[in-house]
Amino acid sequence: MLARIGVASIDELFDEIPAGLRSDRPLQLPPAMNEAAVSRLMLERSLGDTPLLCFAGGGAYEHHVPATVWELAGRGEFYTAYTPYQAEASQGTMQVIYEYQSMMCQLLAMEVSNASLYDGATALAEAILMAVRANRRSRSRRVLLPRNIHPVYRQVARTLVTAQELELVEVPFDPATGLLDPQTVAAMAGEECAAVVIPQPDYFGGIEPVDELVRAVAPSGALVVGLVNPLAMALLRPPGQWGGAEGVDIACGEAQSLGLPLSSGGPYLGFLCCRERHVRQMPGRLVGRTVDDEGQPAFALTLQAREQHIRRSRATSNICTNQGLMMTAATIHMALMGGAGLRRAAAASHRATVELVEALTSLPGVEPLFDRLFFHETVLRLPLPPARVLEALEGHGILGGIDLSRAYPELGDALLVCATELRTGEDIESYRCALGRVLEQAA
Amino acid sequence: MLIFNHSRPGRRTAAHLAPEVPIDLPAGLLRDGDPPLPQVSELQVVRHYTRLSQKNFSIDTHFYPLGSCTMKYNPKVCGQLALLPGFQTRHPERPARFSQGFLACLCELQGMLAEITGMKEVALSPMAGAQGELAGMLMFRAYHHARDDRERREVLVPDAAHGTNPASAVMAGFQVREIPTDRHGDVDLDALRRAVGPHTAGIMLTNPSTLGVFERHIAEINGIVHAAGGLSYYDGANLNAILGRVRPGEMGFDVMHLNLHKTFATPHGGGGPGAGPVAAGERLAPFLPVPMVGRGESGYDWLVERHRPQSIGRLTTWAGNAAVLLRAYVYLRILGAEGLGRVADHAVLNANYLLAALKERGFTPAFPDRRATHEFLITLKPELEQTGVNARDFAKRLLDYGFHAPTTYFPLLVPECFLIEPTETESREELDAFAEAMHLIRREAQHNPEKLHTAPHKLPVRRVDEVRAAREPDLAWRPR
Repeated sequence: MLARIGVASIDELFDEIPAGLRSDRPLQLPPAMNEAAVSRLMLERSLGDTPLLCFAGGGAYEHHVPATVWELAGRGEFYTAYTPYQAEASQGTMQVIYEYQSMMCQLLAMEVSNASLYDGATALAEAILMAVRANRRSRSRRVLLPRNIHPVYRQVARTLVTAQELELVEVPFDPATGLLDPQTVAAMAGEECAAVVIPQPDYFGGIEPVDELVRAVAPSGALVVGLVNPLAMALLRPPGQWGGAEGVDIACGEAQSLGLPLSSGGPYLGFLCCRERHVRQMPGRLVGRTVDDEGQPAFALTLQAREQHIRRSRATSNICTNQGLMMTAATIHMALMGGAGLRRAAAASHRATVELVEALTSLPGVEPLFDRLFFHETVLRLPLPPARVLEALEGHGILGGIDLSRAYPELGDALLVCATELRTGEDIESYRCALGRVLEQAA
Repeated sequence: MLIFNHSRPGRRTAAHLAPEVPIDLPAGLLRDGDPPLPQVSELQVVRHYTRLSQKNFSIDTHFYPLGSCTMKYNPKVCGQLALLPGFQTRHPERPARFSQGFLACLCELQGMLAEITGMKEVALSPMAGAQGELAGMLMFRAYHHARDDRERREVLVPDAAHGTNPASAVMAGFQVREIPTDRHGDVDLDALRRAVGPHTAGIMLTNPSTLGVFERHIAEINGIVHAAGGLSYYDGANLNAILGRVRPGEMGFDVMHLNLHKTFATPHGGGGPGAGPVAAGERLAPFLPVPMVGRGESGYDWLVERHRPQSIGRLTTWAGNAAVLLRAYVYLRILGAEGLGRVADHAVLNANYLLAALKERGFTPAFPDRRATHEFLITLKPELEQTGVNARDFAKRLLDYGFHAPTTYFPLLVPECFLIEPTETESREELDAFAEAMHLIRREAQHNPEKLHTAPHKLPVRRVDEVRAAREPDLAWRPR
């Protein structure tokens, strides 16, 4: 090969690198291992930590994923393909994207979905930026962002949007219910703002009065961004129908609950849907159905003039690589489960959490913090600091929830708990017994 | 046929269903009927998506020399070990003391990437290259603001850069000024000197550039930008070409990102996921995004805002695309330093070999006096003038020959171009076969150009009407 190139050595191929730039020493890395040795290392590391029975949610949920989902999504033809830039050689990926877009629109009652964003937090940030661009009636750069949205989502949104001189204004929640108050939202939206974000459910698991909230925003002319758990939307009214036929302008969030493993927080699946009239402000890829030269159905990337590889500094976003494989898995998951399957998983998760709350609040000093309905997550007040309780529960093999005292000091000793359809009556009983012992020992 | 067309009312697979439970929520909150998703059997799902997969070109099935995308083979073991049950079922809120194995992998990965890049510290959380770029630009901004130097609002970007560079700079609140390329494919230094000033926040440089050549003026570029008070960013998208040869930190760059999904063993997944860790030198390290991983007396732990008060903050809900990070970790443990050097050696060898093979067959390099790096550019302008067949026609006909097309019409500086990146994992025979196919296609262009204008002929679809897709957008199936 070298002879054909006309050089004497591989080193010669690097001769354009100026001598002063070259590294003067070899890399100091751990020595190479063979596949058997690295497999053993990783197995030991993955097994080293005790398994814990999971009652934590907070944006990442342990649901059943049918074996078929990853069996299919993991096929090399999906897994090792690039972004579908050559349409004719990528019809498989493109049809999956089109089906994904269609399913998300059905699930959320929206008109357009993009082909994915990174995760729920960045989808929220992109939705906020998009809403400010899309609101042509208002020049405001203020966006209302409720305090009962995931605290890290709010931090990420702040990191990503403040450089573009947007102002994120925190909307308080009602301390008695943890929910947003439509009158407060109406008053704040009335003071000139571009968009309002409404969660469903909120970070505390509460079911928000979304119809009243959307109607409260309407007179202000602000756009509405719905931040939703898509699995919950198989049971609850979807964002495209909030407040009557009109619904939200943009729906976004995290779709990990549609067939993705917990996997330490990623890769997950950010989604973003909108009304047709806003599509040209949408970030990320879109696939459209069209025809080929012979008039047969075919799929193509479309409306690409929004994207960075065409529009460069004037693109709607810098996103290029997205979460394609997770989108593929979510599509297969939705096809396997169907509408009824998703609704039943959502309903069973809700039921399990109702039972969990009944079981845990039977213990002295443990009570619901908020008086309102919830989906599959809610907040309990504990008689002890949650950090202490969680640590003790871990000794019993239980991941007992999420300590809210750092993110929400005003809530006191508050614990966010979650049960999905995978938590059985026995699991819940184990939690109740363990918590009972922990509280007794502390007393 | 869409999956929706297979749907029949009531069809489902019982094994996937949770038990039916009574609902105690008021009807007004509930959805009016189940979402109209497909109602199909498991077997229908398996056949439908298996058949769709078979309509794709992929690394596992085809040579895929897509320039600047590094479509190389990734060892299957990397994916398998990243998905071990202990990793896959780990809830992201699981406390650090119960996550020592996972955190050990991340902490060691940070260290290995710092060593490879010659930087001081690494943050792993950015979820793709573009997010890594954005992190770098937010770090530019945070650094200048920390020095109360707020007039630095302009980022310089060479005209050959990926579109993500200017888009990321704008997302971070900067204005972008393009710097032209000289006729040898290097940054035009005179233009750069004229562009810098007290308004300069810094420069974003891709090396090797998207023209497929090593930027020879790096020392001068960094000197000019730093002397003007700016910072320099290294776009590591093309890291495959330089592993073990040069280290961006040693070359004077302040911050960079790496595309783990290109260089370090995560397949592209039909669009993603990726991971775009950011590495920073002395000046910018305090501004790296959180969370990071540290090691203390009680073991590994997360480093968050209170440990890193100057951080630009969070870009991700948790630690980024964790399973992608684990793949990269496994890959680096398998290769070690020597294996990593071989990656660059063979990537550059393969590219120069394929360039030589195409030159022998009369194709025109865009920069004939330059070495190829891990990739190279040719221009099909002579073929267009001679036969009327353009780069798009060539690309589509390559698909008929069983090769994925190279990157076409990018970068925009070279007309009718192919950006070709064979990667280190292809055999010599595969490279020869590709060169031969190019030769045969050119012969077809001379004798039967119509066959190329209407290519492809052997794929699941003929040439796709992209104009119609944009003019009459049909973006979702709807029930009748």
